[in-house]
This record gives sequence, structure tokens and C-alpha cells, in this order.
Amino acid sequence: MNDLSNIAKKNILKENQILIQVLGICSTLAVTNNLRNTLIMAVGVTLVTALSSMTVSIIKDYIPRTIRMMVETLIIAFYVIIVDIILRAYLPEVSKALGPYVGLIITNCIIMGRAEAFAQANKPILSFWDGFTAGLGYTLVLLTVAFIRELLGFGTVFGIRVMPSSFTPWTIMVMAPSAFFVVAILIWIVKSKLIKGSEKK
Amino acid sequence: MKIDPITLLFASIFTSNILLANFLGMCSYISISKDLKSSNGLGMAVTFVMTVTTVVNWFVYHYVIVPLKIEYLRYIIFIVVIAAVVQILEMVIDRISPSLYITLGIFLPLITVNCAILGVTLFMQLRDYSVVQSLFYGLGSGLGWWLAIVLLAAIRKKIDNAPAPAGLKGTGLTFITIGIMAMAFIGFSGMIRVQ
Repeated sequence: MNDLSNIAKKNILKENQILIQVLGICSTLAVTNNLRNTLIMAVGVTLVTALSSMTVSIIKDYIPRTIRMMVETLIIAFYVIIVDIILRAYLPEVSKALGPYVGLIITNCIIMGRAEAFAQANKPILSFWDGFTAGLGYTLVLLTVAFIRELLGFGTVFGIRVMPSSFTPWTIMVMAPSAFFVVAILIWIVKSKLIKGSEKK
Repeated sequence: MKIDPITLLFASIFTSNILLANFLGMCSYISISKDLKSSNGLGMAVTFVMTVTTVVNWFVYHYVIVPLKIEYLRYIIFIVVIAAVVQILEMVIDRISPSLYITLGIFLPLITVNCAILGVTLFMQLRDYSVVQSLFYGLGSGLGWWLAIVLLAAIRKKIDNAPAPAGLKGTGLTFITIGIMAMAFIGFSGMIRVQ
């Protein structure tokens, strides 16, 4: 049990994939001006990460080292196609809004990173948990960014108006540059905390 | 969509820069841009591979995937095509120009997992470009990526010496720089636009 909570703590806080490792940034920024799409995207990424880590871990002994990356990519692509088909069947308008970014989960570095760094050397269930928590850390950051951007950019949360009508939306928050600024500020906060924490010890 | 190829070329370099407007290829963008020389090499390699793969994938999509009605497999097929093209390019460059191989060689394997390459292919397919449009779109996106990484590498060289708060140093400051660059590029967007 100790192992499990350690992995979770590490993946969600100490080595958060986005803020500390700076992986998987591409999709992070593109979809985050709308909370609903972001949530669906994050769930997709979490599922794909967890399942592909588990699969890689199950068949790791049978993959020749030289074509390892290729096999991993195919496994990831397999799960992404499933996610894509489900989205298109049940949530067509979200699938349209996300556009190519669903397909781009394949090249999300987090998934490959977890498969390479963890699943290669660990048992399937542990790998599943590792992928799952890494995905959770990703989800957390994504939702924070999306929350800030949607609140200031549209004055809404999950499409519901929360700001008074006198509030002027910050158009910049809807556009690309704001995503960089919001992530930069988050990184700043988290890193300062970490630096302070290590000084205390 | 009817948009003439030359406009598309400039639009994909400036107003819809694949990196600054669509956020693709960020991972290698952030990690490689520490060094100006490697940034230049990677930019060149990405431009090259992007142009070739976009056109190859156009043919694969229209002459293999659509006739066989296997659209649901397109992600796997696109990624395999990209990996294959990168592999072939590596061998060809090695044979033709060893000096170019030394500059580009180490970057080529990295490119297979660069999301910008797959992204351009997917955008090309989604927006239903013709083969000529695809060629210019691939080339323009590659040039745009190259421009963005070289600019950032040059800025980072100076910025690393700036006195910043400890928590902001490194990644945080890089992000703010990219944000300002993105704003500058978006400034062009009144002139031409692709969606």
C-alpha cells in the first residue's frame, strides 16, 4: 500500500508531469479555454496513459528492444482510436471542438514518458496506477488553467455565468498567449513552494 | 476551402504558427531551445520532415485510406507513415550528404514523436486541403516552427542571465517569453487567416 500512495504523491505533486517535468504541454494549452472540453480531454489522456502503461508492462518481455518505441506508439494509438470513436459516438460536438487534439494524444509525451520510465521495469497493476496518477496530476493542472481562462475570458464556469454582467471579458484569455502566462504563473507558484520546502529541511 | 497556396504558406508561418497558435511540438521546443545551434538543426530537420510527410500522408489518405474505407485506422497509419518516412530520410541523407547527416542525424529519431508533425497531417486532412495546398502548408508550418525555435533560443541566451525570482527562473520565464512571442505573432492575424 505504501508503494501506491508514494507513487500517487510523487506523480500528482512532487513530479507533476506538466509543471515540473514540462511534458505534454502541447495539448495542455490548446484545449484549455473551455472547462468542459478540457475535462473530457483530461479524462481521455488519463485513461490512455493508465491503460497503455499497463499493456506495455504486460508485454514488455516479448518486445524486442530495437522496435520498442514503435510498439509502444502502436499500443497508444490503439487506445486513442477507442477514445476517439467513443467521443464521436456519444459527444459529437465535443469531438468536433477538440478536432485534431484527440488524435494528438498519441504524441503526448507524458504517455510515452510513463511507458518508458515506469512501465518498462514494473508490474502491470503498479504501472496502471502510475499511469493513472500521472494522468490525475495532468488533469489537475489542466482544470486549473482552464478554470482561470474560462472565468476571465468568458466570465463563466462550465458554461454557467458567474461573473456580474458589468464584467468585461478579457479577450486575451481566450487566445493562445494567455495559456503560456497562466502556466508560467502556476509553475512559479509551485516551484517557489518546492524551493521553500527544501530549504526547511 | 479555397485559399491559394502562397497565402497559406505565409499564414502558416506567421498568423497560424503551428507552435505559437496551435501549441504543437512544445516538448522538444522547450527542451532543445536552450542551445541556439541545436535549435537551428532541429528546426531544419522538422521543416524537411514536415514537408515530406504532409505530402506523403496526403497521398496515403486519398489513395489508400479513403478507397478502403478505413478512416478509423488513420491515426495508426499516419504515425507509421511518419516513422517510415523519418527512417528512409535518415538513410537517404546518410548516403547523399554525410555532413548534413551529422547536423541533422541526432534529431531525426526525435521527430517521430514531435506532435507538430502529426498535427499538421491531421489539420491537412481535417481541412480538406488539395495536394498543392498540403505541400505549402507543410512547408510553411515547418518554417514557422523553425523561426519560432531559433527566436526563442536566441532570447533565452540573454534571459538566462537575468535576475529573476528563484521560482520563476528557467521554465517559468521561458513560458512568459513564449507568451509574449505568441502575442507578437498574433499581431499579424488581421492580415491573413486560415481558421
